[in-house]
Amino acid sequence: MSVTVAVFLALFVFVALLGLFGSRWRAGDLSQLHEWGLGGRSFGTLITWFLLGGDLYTAYTFIAVPALMFGAGAGGFFAVPYAALMYPLLFMAFPKLWSVAHRHGYITAADFVRGRFGHRGLALAIAVTGMVAVLPYIALQLVGMQVVIAALGLDWAVHVPLLGNVSVPLLAAFTVLAAFTYTSGLRGTALIAVVKDILVYITVLAAIIIIPAQLGGYGKVFEAVPPSQLLLPPAPEGSLGAGFAYATLALGSLLALFLYPHSVTGLLSSSSRHVIRRNAIVLPAYSVALALIALLGYMALAAGVKGMPEYEAGFKSFGNNFAVPALFLHMFPHWFAGVAFAAIAIGALMPASIMAIACGNLFTRNVYKDFINPNCSPQAEARMAKIIAFAAKLGALFFVLEMQTAYAIQLQLLGGIWICQTVPAVLLGLYVRLDPRALLAGWAAGVGLGTWMVWTLEFKSSTYPLHIFGLTVPCYAAVSALLVNLAVSWLLTVILRATVGTPVRDETAAADYV
Amino acid sequence: MYEDKPPRKFHPVYLILLIPYAAWVWVPFYNRIEPTLFGIPFFYWYQIFGIFLTAACIAPVYFYQEGRGK
Repeated sequence: MSVTVAVFLALFVFVALLGLFGSRWRAGDLSQLHEWGLGGRSFGTLITWFLLGGDLYTAYTFIAVPALMFGAGAGGFFAVPYAALMYPLLFMAFPKLWSVAHRHGYITAADFVRGRFGHRGLALAIAVTGMVAVLPYIALQLVGMQVVIAALGLDWAVHVPLLGNVSVPLLAAFTVLAAFTYTSGLRGTALIAVVKDILVYITVLAAIIIIPAQLGGYGKVFEAVPPSQLLLPPAPEGSLGAGFAYATLALGSLLALFLYPHSVTGLLSSSSRHVIRRNAIVLPAYSVALALIALLGYMALAAGVKGMPEYEAGFKSFGNNFAVPALFLHMFPHWFAGVAFAAIAIGALMPASIMAIACGNLFTRNVYKDFINPNCSPQAEARMAKIIAFAAKLGALFFVLEMQTAYAIQLQLLGGIWICQTVPAVLLGLYVRLDPRALLAGWAAGVGLGTWMVWTLEFKSSTYPLHIFGLTVPCYAAVSALLVNLAVSWLLTVILRATVGTPVRDETAAADYV
Repeated sequence: MYEDKPPRKFHPVYLILLIPYAAWVWVPFYNRIEPTLFGIPFFYWYQIFGIFLTAACIAPVYFYQEGRGK
């Protein structure tokens, strides 16, 4: 067994034990949903920083963003304005969500929508959007895990009836994930987040110092990038060009990010609204790390890993997603490559756990309790959430094993567009109360239109070129669909108020939001 | 009902939060190579500095709110 694998395994086993014993940390009654699924709303500024940092910047991000830079160049850097500009929004809007959720015991965004608008159908739409968007995200975390497993050379598979060949390391990682999520809930995840984020920062620091030094400095790194990829291409005549697509991609992504179920779970687990506001100032540290990680894509270009025979198989299986693992193998000492791979693998495990917990919370609160068994006991509620969280992970595993990775990527692309359509009900709902029927219609219009646009682009891109008065406007489909969604929601609200009138069933009061 | 809210006074300190958005909205401004910094093209280092700018713009608003005990 190589040194790389040994270091990797040691760190992985340590984290697994940490997760399993996490239930004893600030022990609470884990048969209550808010204790299991929100860590008892107890996390202070530092733990929330680790938890949200680990949650929002996933292993898949750390592999896919540099892969995009590696393959497509400057366009992939939209992740940087996205990851910076989401924080003023977090700072202004989301303490309100925390306060109202705290006052009324909301655990999910859909809980808030049901309370605010008194409309179960709208709450169901928000909950289903969240669950459908987060499932492919879990699957992509497992894909990130597969990339690391392949880079470590652990290609040990067994034949399982019905499933075909199953990678044993992947199955082991899945078992660890399922076990600690079930027993410890968000507490175990938060503990693992601390280890994960420390490993990520160490890896990033080492990478930005060691690798450019070996390649002859940053100047050399950027010289290796083809000039056509180094900047966004200039806008052709009669078009707003790639620059507009870049800006709208950042805008749509930043509006959607904190509405994802796993983000809401992370935010609501904090112990006060002050914790969220402080984190809006300190979380950008992760965005700096992300920007540096994005540049690893260019370092991989400069190192020329794609042409090396030893990495040929990896690139063949995973495409450009293999660029960063290949770079680490090529540049780092063996033992440190083990640390870096552990950072990525644990960085896949931890968000996958929160995503599954968020899925369990959503199903239990907004489907099971609202529609199937309204009188269930708190214990039954927590039990149902644990079972659904397990089912969500099993679904993701099945997806990864049986379907092509491309489907997970396409679904995740759609997921971002769908989540953006919950902006009028959830984010705007913190400020203004449109008619819930109008919001439902707007949501349907936005989801339908966004899906149609990506469909006509054959799932290859999410930037749909609009033609307005002879001008071509390449716009992220989530943003154009959201504009239609907002227009429909607002117009219908005006019409409904003027005609049939809108009964107001709002259980929240202005004082609940401050 | 939340809609009948009391009139809120707007403090100009909140305008600081618009600065980072203004820094990024006009892509052609930073879609250029020169001036480079340690060999890094403007497009990249400008945006990395933008992250620090964003955090620095949130801080004064935070202290203003804390001072008012919000």
